[in-house]
Amino acid sequence: MANASPQNSNDELSDEPIPPMQQLLDNPFALLFLGVAMPTVLYIVWGVMEIVGIPIAK
Amino acid sequence: MAVNRMFRVCPATGFKVHEPAEALMKINAVTAVVALLVGGILALLVILTRWQTVHLLPADAFYMVLTAHGLNMLVFWIIFFEVAVLYFCGTVLLNSRLATPTFAWVAYALMLIGALVNNYAVMIRGDSSVMFTSYVPMGAHWSFYLGLILFAVGALIACFVFLGTLVVAKAERTYNGSVSLVTFGALTACIIAVFTIAAGAIILIPTFFWSIGLISHIDSLMYRTVWWGFGHSSQQINVSAHVAVWYAIAAIVFGAKPMSEKVSRGAFLLYILFLQLASAHHLLADPGLTSNWKIFNTSYAMYLAVLASMVHGLTVPGAIEVAQREKGFNKGLFEWLRKAPWGNPVFSGMFISLIGFGFLGGISGVMMGTEQLNLIIHNTIYVPGHFHATVVVGTTLAFMSLTYFVIPTIFRRELMFPGLAKWQPYLFGLGMSGFSLFMMGAGTLGVPRRHWDMSFAGALMQHEFPATAWLMMTLMAITGLVAIVGGAAYLLITVCSVFIGKKITTPGFKHISARDNAAAPVSLPNVVVPSHGNIGTAGFVAPGTFVLAIGFLISFVLYYFVNWKYLSTVWPLN
Amino acid sequence: MSAILPPAAKYWWKQPLDRVEGTWIVIALTWCLIMFFMMPYWHVYGKQNLSNEAYRTTPEVYQKKTQEMVDKYTVRKETAQEIPVVHPPAGSDVYLIARLWQWWPILELEEGKTYRLHIMSMDWLHGFSLQPENINIEVHPGYEHIVTMTPTKADNYSIICNEFCGVNHHTMASKLYVVKSAK
Repeated sequence: MANASPQNSNDELSDEPIPPMQQLLDNPFALLFLGVAMPTVLYIVWGVMEIVGIPIAK
Repeated sequence: MAVNRMFRVCPATGFKVHEPAEALMKINAVTAVVALLVGGILALLVILTRWQTVHLLPADAFYMVLTAHGLNMLVFWIIFFEVAVLYFCGTVLLNSRLATPTFAWVAYALMLIGALVNNYAVMIRGDSSVMFTSYVPMGAHWSFYLGLILFAVGALIACFVFLGTLVVAKAERTYNGSVSLVTFGALTACIIAVFTIAAGAIILIPTFFWSIGLISHIDSLMYRTVWWGFGHSSQQINVSAHVAVWYAIAAIVFGAKPMSEKVSRGAFLLYILFLQLASAHHLLADPGLTSNWKIFNTSYAMYLAVLASMVHGLTVPGAIEVAQREKGFNKGLFEWLRKAPWGNPVFSGMFISLIGFGFLGGISGVMMGTEQLNLIIHNTIYVPGHFHATVVVGTTLAFMSLTYFVIPTIFRRELMFPGLAKWQPYLFGLGMSGFSLFMMGAGTLGVPRRHWDMSFAGALMQHEFPATAWLMMTLMAITGLVAIVGGAAYLLITVCSVFIGKKITTPGFKHISARDNAAAPVSLPNVVVPSHGNIGTAGFVAPGTFVLAIGFLISFVLYYFVNWKYLSTVWPLN
Repeated sequence: MSAILPPAAKYWWKQPLDRVEGTWIVIALTWCLIMFFMMPYWHVYGKQNLSNEAYRTTPEVYQKKTQEMVDKYTVRKETAQEIPVVHPPAGSDVYLIARLWQWWPILELEEGKTYRLHIMSMDWLHGFSLQPENINIEVHPGYEHIVTMTPTKADNYSIICNEFCGVNHHTMASKLYVVKSAK
C-alpha cells in the first residue's frame, strides 16, 4: 500500500527534466488552446476576411 | 455535495469502473444505438428511392428522409457514442471517477432534447427538409436550428466533463506519468469537438435568429464557410475517435503496445493542429475565396494531417504485428495476419474499418480535396461515396466492433447470436465498401448527390446519363442492401444482448470505494525503453505492415495521378 | 505497456524510433509534399483552374446585364417555355442565371473559342454541373462568379443542378450547345 508521498519524493529525486514536447503533450489545456486557435485563425478568420474583401460588381 | 466514489473492479481487465460513469456510458451508448436504428431505417428508404428501378418515395418525402438520415447518423448516432467513448477513456482507462456526473446528466438531457426537437422539425413538422447542411437562404423551421443548438451545447458540456475528469484523475493521482495513448486519442477528439461546436454556434445561432425573423439576411458564402468548420470538423472528431478505438482494440485483443508513444502521440498532435483546416474541402468550387486560402486549408497545411493518418495507418497494424510476432507468429511476412482471430468481431470489424478507411475513404478524400481535382467531383455522388467509406466503414464499423467488447465488460451481458456476430463485420464492412465504391464510380460519371431522379422526369430538358452510371447506381443499391442487413444484424445482436442477454456475474464480486483502496500505481522506472527485440526482418520489426503500407502508397499515387490525367482532358478553365 | 495503459517509461519521448516507423514517415512526408506542390504547379502549368474572380452584386443588376446580352444575341427560342438560345461572339462576356428551377438562357458557344462565363443565382444555392464533361461549380446568390471557359469539342452538353434546391431540384436541367466555328 504505497501512498502518495514517497512517489512525490521519487519524482523530485529524478534528476532529468521531462522533455518539453512530452510536457506539451501531457497538458490538455495547452493542446485545447492550440487546437482551437489554429483553425480559428487559419480557416475561419482568414476565410471571413477574404469574403468580406470581395469587391462589388461594376 | 458528497462525491460518489463507488467503483467496481472489472474482472476481465482489472480496471476500476466508476459507477455513475458506467451508468452514463450505458445511457449514451444505448441512445446512440437508437439513433442508428432510426438512421438505418431511413437509409433503407434512401437506397430504395435512389435505386431507380424501385424509386420508392415521392420527391418531397425523399428529401425529408435524406435530411433525417444525415442528421441521425452523422450527428446523433456518432456523437452520443463518442460521448460514451470519452467517458470510458476518461474514467475506466485512468481508474478515475467522472468529474461532476450531474453535469454529465445535464449534458445528456440537452443532447437528447436537442435530438428530439430536431427530428420533430424534420420528420413530424415536415417543413425542414434542408439536408444536414441546411444552407441558407433555404430556410428550415426555427425548431430545426434550436434542436441542433441544444444538442451542441449538451455535447460541449460533455467535452468539458471529460476534460474535468482528466484534471480529477491527475489531481487524485489515479495513474502515473502520462495518460494512455487511447485516452490521448480521445482528448484529440474532444479538442476537435470543442472547435467544431464553437464553429457551429457561430453560424447556427444567427441562423436561428434569422429563422424567427430577428436577422434579415445571412450571407450564403459566409454560412458555407463557417458551417463547414462545424460540418466537416464534426467528422474529424470521428476520425480521431475511431483511430483511438483502433489502438484500444489492438491493445485489448492482442495486448499490443504502441510501437512508439512519441510517433503515435505526435501524429495525434498533428490532428489537433491541422485536421480541422480540411473544412475547406467543401469550398473549393465556391466563388470569392482565393487559391491561397483554398490550397493552404484544403491541404491541412501541406498535408500534415494526412501524414498523421498515414502514420496511424502504419502504427496500428504495426503494433498488432509486433505483438503477434512476439507471441511466436514470426514466420514470413504475413503469418501474424493469417493467424489473427478473424472470427472475433472485435478484431475483424476493426481491421476492415482500418483497411476501408485508408484505401477507400483516405485516398478518395485526399484526391477530391485537391483544389483543381475537386472541379470534377464537387457535389457529385462521389462525395457521399467518400464519406460513407470514412464515416461508415471507418467510424461506425470501429464503434460496432468496440461494442462487442463493451457488452460483456460494461453491460455485463453475454453476447447473443455469437454466430451472427462473427459474420456481421464482414456483411456490413464489405457491403458498405461496395456501396461506397459504386457511388464513387457513379460520381465520376457525373451523377449528382441529393437528387431524386437521375432520369429528370418532368424536366423541360433532360440529360441522359451513360448506361454505366445507371449500372453503378443499381450496384450501389444492392451492396447498400447488404450493408443494411449487416447493420440490422448489429442492432439485433446489441439490443437483444443488452436487454435480454444472460447476465454475467462474478463470484465474490463486491463494490469498493476508491478512497479505501487508494493504491496509487507504482512509480515508473526512470529509464528509457529500448527498441523492440529480435523480431521481423532487416531491422524492420513489422515488415509485413511495411509491405502493406507500400502497397497502399502505390495505390494512392496511381489513383491520384489518374485523376490529374482525367482532369487535363476537360475544358480549359481559368 | 499497452495503448490502454499509461506509457511504461517515464521519458517515453526519448524512446528511439523503430526503423520501420522512421522510414515510413520519410516516405509519407515526401508524398505529402508532392501532393501539396501539385496544386501550385497546376496553377502555373495546368489548364484547369477555377477562377477566383468574383464580385458582390444584386439579382436586379445581374438580371439586367443578362437581359442585355439576351436582347443582343438571341438566335432562336426553344422548349415550351420559349427559353432564348443565345449565341454571343467569341471572347465576350456570357451571362447565365440560376434560379428555381431553371438555367437561363440557353447558351450556344463556338468550339475552341474562349468565353468569360458569368454565373450567379437569383435565389438559393445551386450547383452548376456541366455534363458529360463533369465540371462542377457552386453557384451563390449575390456573388457573380466569372469563369473563363474554352469548349473543346462541338456537341450538345447538359447543365444540371447538383446543389439541392428544393422539391423540383431534379427538373433544373438545361442544354449548352457547342458548335463548330462559323467562319
